[in-house]
Amino acid sequence: MSKPFIEVRGLSKFFDIGNNKILKAVNNLSFSIQKGETLGLVGESGCGKSTAGRTLIRLYEPTAGNVLVDGTDITKLSKSKLKAQRSKMQMVFQDPYASLNPRMTILDIIGEALDIHGLAGSKSERKRRVEELLELVGLNAEHASRYPHEFSGGQRQRIGITRALAVNPQFIVCDEPISALDVSIQAQIINLLIELQKKMDLTYLFVAHDLSMVKYMSDRVAVMYLGKIVEMARSEDLYANPQHPYTKALLSAIPVPDPEVEAGKERIVLKGDLPSPVNPPSGCPFRTRCPAATEKCKSDVPEFREVRPGHFASCHYA
Amino acid sequence: MQSESKSGAIRPDMFTPVNRDSKQSEKIERPRLTAWQDIRLRLLSNKLAMTGLWIMVVVVLFAIFAPIFSSYDHFTNDLSNTNQAPSKEHWFGTDDLGRDLFARTWKGAQVSLFVGIVAGLIDLFFGIIYGGIMGYYGGKVDEFMNRFAEILYAIPYLLVVILLLVVMEPSLTTIIVAMSITGWINMAWIVRGQMMQLKNQEYALASKALGAGSMRIIFRHLIPNAMGPILVTLTLTVPSAIFTEAFLSFLGLGVQSPVASWGTMINDGVKSMTIYPWRLLFPAFFLSLTMFAFNVFGDGLRDAFDPKLKT
Amino acid sequence: MKSILDVQNLSVSFAVYGGEVQAVRDVSFDVKEGEAVAIVGESGSGKSVTAQTIMRLIQTPPGKIKKGKVFLDGQDLMSLSEKEMQKVRGNKIGMIFQDPMTSLNPTMTVGKQIMEGLIQHQSLSGAKANERVLELLTLVGIPNPETRINQYPHQFSGGMRQRVMIAIALACTPALLIADEPTTALDVTIQAQILTLMKDLQEKTKTSIILITHDLGIVADICDRVIVMYAGQIVETGTKHEIFSNPQHPYTKGLLKSLPRLDQAKDEPLIPIFGTPPDLIKPPQGCGFCSRCDSAMRICETEIPEQTKISDTQSVRCWLQHPYAKEQGSDAGKEASA
Repeated sequence: MSKPFIEVRGLSKFFDIGNNKILKAVNNLSFSIQKGETLGLVGESGCGKSTAGRTLIRLYEPTAGNVLVDGTDITKLSKSKLKAQRSKMQMVFQDPYASLNPRMTILDIIGEALDIHGLAGSKSERKRRVEELLELVGLNAEHASRYPHEFSGGQRQRIGITRALAVNPQFIVCDEPISALDVSIQAQIINLLIELQKKMDLTYLFVAHDLSMVKYMSDRVAVMYLGKIVEMARSEDLYANPQHPYTKALLSAIPVPDPEVEAGKERIVLKGDLPSPVNPPSGCPFRTRCPAATEKCKSDVPEFREVRPGHFASCHYA
Repeated sequence: MQSESKSGAIRPDMFTPVNRDSKQSEKIERPRLTAWQDIRLRLLSNKLAMTGLWIMVVVVLFAIFAPIFSSYDHFTNDLSNTNQAPSKEHWFGTDDLGRDLFARTWKGAQVSLFVGIVAGLIDLFFGIIYGGIMGYYGGKVDEFMNRFAEILYAIPYLLVVILLLVVMEPSLTTIIVAMSITGWINMAWIVRGQMMQLKNQEYALASKALGAGSMRIIFRHLIPNAMGPILVTLTLTVPSAIFTEAFLSFLGLGVQSPVASWGTMINDGVKSMTIYPWRLLFPAFFLSLTMFAFNVFGDGLRDAFDPKLKT
Repeated sequence: MKSILDVQNLSVSFAVYGGEVQAVRDVSFDVKEGEAVAIVGESGSGKSVTAQTIMRLIQTPPGKIKKGKVFLDGQDLMSLSEKEMQKVRGNKIGMIFQDPMTSLNPTMTVGKQIMEGLIQHQSLSGAKANERVLELLTLVGIPNPETRINQYPHQFSGGMRQRVMIAIALACTPALLIADEPTTALDVTIQAQILTLMKDLQEKTKTSIILITHDLGIVADICDRVIVMYAGQIVETGTKHEIFSNPQHPYTKGLLKSLPRLDQAKDEPLIPIFGTPPDLIKPPQGCGFCSRCDSAMRICETEIPEQTKISDTQSVRCWLQHPYAKEQGSDAGKEASA
């Protein structure tokens, strides 16, 4: 295997939430992504997947760990060096209503990316470049002078993607880019992301809670629970042969848009709620909701190990 | 349900497929309306706020032009015409030194408005910078800067003024300095609250992800989006500064004769209130009117920025 | 079977700057006793407005019910006074909202909030109401109801709060339950719990349900009949099996095709519906879906299609069903797929 483009080693992000309580949002994450690959990161809200994506590109300062982007450890970079690296890694945000500054025109929103990295020499060049980028995502020059609130959700998300693309990135963290969009629009965005990936040889970290979209988008998928990756495998493999009981429950919980399948399906309904990441259970984090938990799960933290070639899981019984 | 077509018969030739351009459905149908236009529309439809605005405009115009066009000035004594009631010559009457009260009232307006606006702008300037930095950086920086502001805020205001008068002459500058020492703190707190709310918005994160520095994020992204509460605070700071000036002048700590301000005029007027009521009436009326105008306009502005507040 | 709810020609609009958004345009449907009907559509399709109008929860102004009647058990809700309507809400119709975090009052115990409706509508005595609340909490699967009854909403997790909301909605055994995206704010594993609960409850209580959702997976799971809305109109209705296995409207078809299935191969592309839904401040003259439809014809641009029956239970509003379109069908189909 060639050298990975993104390599994450022991990445952690803890938040001090006062009263001597520490929220371990992301706890010792390690994985790598090859050039041109898409890694899906799934989990329920509060599992730390968005924090992981943000810490990965140093929007949040990591508590521990290293992130190597194309061989450069970005966790060690000074502010000015980091700025140069920022054009390599970009982010598409979840909420297309909150991710565009309502007081700026589309021209200025996308133009800002060019300004920061000095990618446009003159005003007219800046305008021309923004218009080119808008064409790339199916919008047009006429839209440049408009304000964000004049657009629909899908259009705004395309503008968000355009902004990320403006600096010619190689790696993009897609933080739930479709979860706020309508069903008929989701496929547009997914297809656009795939098309751009092919055209520009992009590497994606695709963070989402929608398992069917993640499976479709990703080459490999990592499942997170309470700040940790509990299972990681090639996507076909993960969906055909889930090893961790949490993955199994998650997969069976998605309602499938097919009445025949739904009628015949035996759903694993997990008991109880997600424990608080401030005070995670001892041993295996999933044991409080796991249908197959034993005494061992209470005392021993399961190791994240390769249960089959290329298929990792952290469960004593996988 | 809908059975017959409105426009007559349905013909087979209407059933030919159309080729369409996918661009067409991206067209924006609504009239162009920026956030500022939206706010302006809401403000324009608020009658009370517009009344306030008109009063402000009229008062400002009079303050600028009345002293120029008046045939009297505010400082010339005319001892043969003291304490005149309002008449054709002296519209607002004269005071105990025979000075024309019309000229003095509008000269006083100049002083009062000047104090209010300058104090407001100083608050705005320091408040935005201090509050912006405090709110954006948070953590230790915030804690330290916030403590400092709290300490300053805790010093009784009159004490500051009196101490200041030990080192400075009572004058307009002294009043403005006195007001500005603690005045910006409220604005800073407003800005800080806004920053804390806005800095986690995804557009701020997006800008950070692009490599934007803190100053760019604060001044290009966060402050423009906090402009609503900032402007509202500003329009409410101005009348309170005007009132404070009047209050200090009333106590004799403010501008000195022969320069007039509404405060000093009221101070003079009160002494002879029962005999020459117009000496109190005119400055007091215009002070109240101006304060009223600023306050209703500020309220209207707040409603225009945040229509949800109004039920 | 008897219909419990009958909505006739309902039109609702909202005044905004520059005009009027016609959120619901001439919508008619009914809900039978014991039936679970799903209203699906994207945001802005009018599905939530329809539900809120049935409950008369639309703020007027800016909202305005332009025309239409809504009969609940033969009584026209649109003609009731606000006071009479209060006797309907929470009593004859229960409602569950999307966000369980904001739809409970944080300063009142959960027990009191469930009791409120019971005392107001059924004038139960304190002890009786208490008993009924415990019964309800058990019914919606909240463990230790005796302790939970005296707790405040913040002591409940999202899933548990939604259970409380369901208990409130069911307290007076309403004839109709309207659930507006009841699981959208919840996680998949919690959603599974709530859906299982709703299915159980429907079997037990035989309440009619209107479920508003954008998730076709949920529809496939718990509904009998489906109403598909687009641009403020009902474009297709049918039983769940008809809609999923034999969709007729291009929008319904497109919606089903644009969803990835878990068994979908990676190289099999998703087929999105291109474009953006129309802005209902200026609704299209003809079919609402026309500007995004692959098989649009000239007539679709100018005339609103009539409703065509496909079967006893399925009907669709689309010009493709017209005999003329079927005559031209062969070549029209070719061009559309090209």
